[in-house]
Amino acid sequence: MDRSHVILKVAGVRKSYRMGATRVEVLRGVEMTVREGEFVAIVGASGSGKSTLLHILGGLDRPDKGVVQFDGRDLNRIGARELNRYRNELVGFVFQFYHLLDELNVLENIVLPAMVSRSVVGWLLTRRAAKRRAMEMLEQLGLKERVRHKPYQLSGGERQRTAIGRALMNQPRLLLADEPTGNLDSVTGNGILAVFEQLNRAGQTIVMVTHDERIADRAQRVIVLEDGKIRV
Amino acid sequence: MYKLTLIIRYLLKRRITHFAILAVALCVFIVVVVMTIMTGLVEDFKQKNHRFVGDCVVGTDSLVGFPYYEEFMGILKGTNFVEAVSPAVKSYGLLSVRGDNVRRGVEILGIDPVLHARTTDFAQTLHYRAGQPDKAFLPIYDPNALGCVLGIDLALMRSAQGSYVYDDTPMEVAITLTCFPLTAKGAPAKVGAGLVETQHFYYSDHAHTGIAHVDGSCVYIPLEQAQKLCMAGTLQRVNAMHIKLCPDVGLNLGRAKVAALWQEFKRTKADTQDGYLLDAVLVQDWKEYRRAYIAPMEKEQVLLSLMFILVGITTVFIVFVVFYMIVSHKRKDIGVLKSVGTSNISIVALFSGFAFVIGCLGSGVGALAAWLFLSRINWVEGQLFEKFGFQLWDRSIYAIGDIPNHVEFHVLATIVGCAIVSCLIGALFPAYSAARLRPVETLHAGPV
Repeated sequence: MDRSHVILKVAGVRKSYRMGATRVEVLRGVEMTVREGEFVAIVGASGSGKSTLLHILGGLDRPDKGVVQFDGRDLNRIGARELNRYRNELVGFVFQFYHLLDELNVLENIVLPAMVSRSVVGWLLTRRAAKRRAMEMLEQLGLKERVRHKPYQLSGGERQRTAIGRALMNQPRLLLADEPTGNLDSVTGNGILAVFEQLNRAGQTIVMVTHDERIADRAQRVIVLEDGKIRV
Repeated sequence: MYKLTLIIRYLLKRRITHFAILAVALCVFIVVVVMTIMTGLVEDFKQKNHRFVGDCVVGTDSLVGFPYYEEFMGILKGTNFVEAVSPAVKSYGLLSVRGDNVRRGVEILGIDPVLHARTTDFAQTLHYRAGQPDKAFLPIYDPNALGCVLGIDLALMRSAQGSYVYDDTPMEVAITLTCFPLTAKGAPAKVGAGLVETQHFYYSDHAHTGIAHVDGSCVYIPLEQAQKLCMAGTLQRVNAMHIKLCPDVGLNLGRAKVAALWQEFKRTKADTQDGYLLDAVLVQDWKEYRRAYIAPMEKEQVLLSLMFILVGITTVFIVFVVFYMIVSHKRKDIGVLKSVGTSNISIVALFSGFAFVIGCLGSGVGALAAWLFLSRINWVEGQLFEKFGFQLWDRSIYAIGDIPNHVEFHVLATIVGCAIVSCLIGALFPAYSAARLRPVETLHAGPV
């Protein structure tokens, strides 16, 4: 892994939303880079555009202006099919409210990205390997005893660890986390941050959004987002 | 694979999908049951009419009739596409039972019973002389007497269960038929007090065609008696010639061949005595000839089909509402699926597949329930009548034996196919809406 390699480059990104008759500019020319293996925290007050920026980085939304390059490729210029592959294989998302599928158990939630990326035949051929990897992650995340449990049977911390497992299933190069501890108590939140630190030590590139500067301090680098711009 | 997993889980976990399946099943059940019964009744009625008149009829609505029929029968017998032909006189008269002053209007059908049995199923409709048309007009109690065959509802009473009470032999009943004989010009043949022609007959048998108006008003008498009663003139006339085509001759082709022969025959008789009467004669197949009776039932069937289109639209709407609700509740799932790389097409496929499964299960359950219900419908109706006195069709009024319950496979397959397509149509818009959802809109919200 080349730690000097810029995996993500953001240049002049602008994004606005229409709210009734007025247009609210959320991002006003964001510039930033993330190197491979970095653990970056983006902090800012509520409404500063942190989540919007994270969604743009993850290909869930498109900027009005500006460039987002992943590994040198402009996300604005790739088609829907490539964008789906980007979301499936190259980035993993962890949300504040976990967003697990209630109908699936812990193991099924974790293997979901692997199932999405394969055809029926492809899945039947590779499901054992995928499940083996999911079980390894469940063990690392301390969820080995919760494999068959449904999300509503889990605590908040367990749900978030399941969400982390799902985000990492396809071994993405970039992990994006949107307020991953925002819905947890401090002890459980610390546990989640410890997982992130452990993943980062193993080489995982992480971009985490938080409004809490104490949590942001756990990252290697902190980027402050203020009024839609990066504070230098 | 995740689509199948999610479809199964949604199916098992979401109660609203059970209601959707039930709604589809009910629609399929109703359509299969009503279509089977209605189609059965219409088909049964058509077949009874076919058996009653034969394949083709060369005839006229005019009570005056037409002459030269024997000559044309000879021509038809010489062809290789006609198996049998029989002449018939059709008119109206008054019937009274000796010793009773009540007179009722009846339809008189003068036939040669042997020839008529060759073109129609007349012989099978008889009771005492079943299969013996040559003896149809010979009363068992007095073979020398002049007999007549009455429509079964003129001769016997029907119980509420629909069964007739038969005697071992026909009752010795003398019947008087009164008619107004017409000349070839259509005028009454007689004047003054002797205007009518009267003839006495003895009840020899009854005919059960299963066609209510025939069984309730038709009196069969020998052809020559009918000609004497109903027609006057130097040339013998009839109103119709019933034709049975050879088995390998199609109905349309046979009718066209008969029509061509008739046109030729008519031309040769143009300048003969009463030859103008042939102009009023039509060559029709049995469906055209009985159009006045069959068409109303077919119209009812068409109306029923239109009603079932409304049922289909209702199914589409039910599925649409159910899927709209499911998609509304599953916005978060759709966002999650998109965040892990699911394409829009896959989202459409997920919800369309879900609709397909609901359609298959619903129509399968409905079709099975309908089949089971139909297979026992006559038993069920019997039990309802026995225990509660309820009858779907009053057998003393309607000429129905058992309720038709034969399920046609192609009808069943069509209904099931339509139900599945209806489900897919109903789910199309919600599925499309789901695919167009932007993940940021669905994931930005809280946990609820």
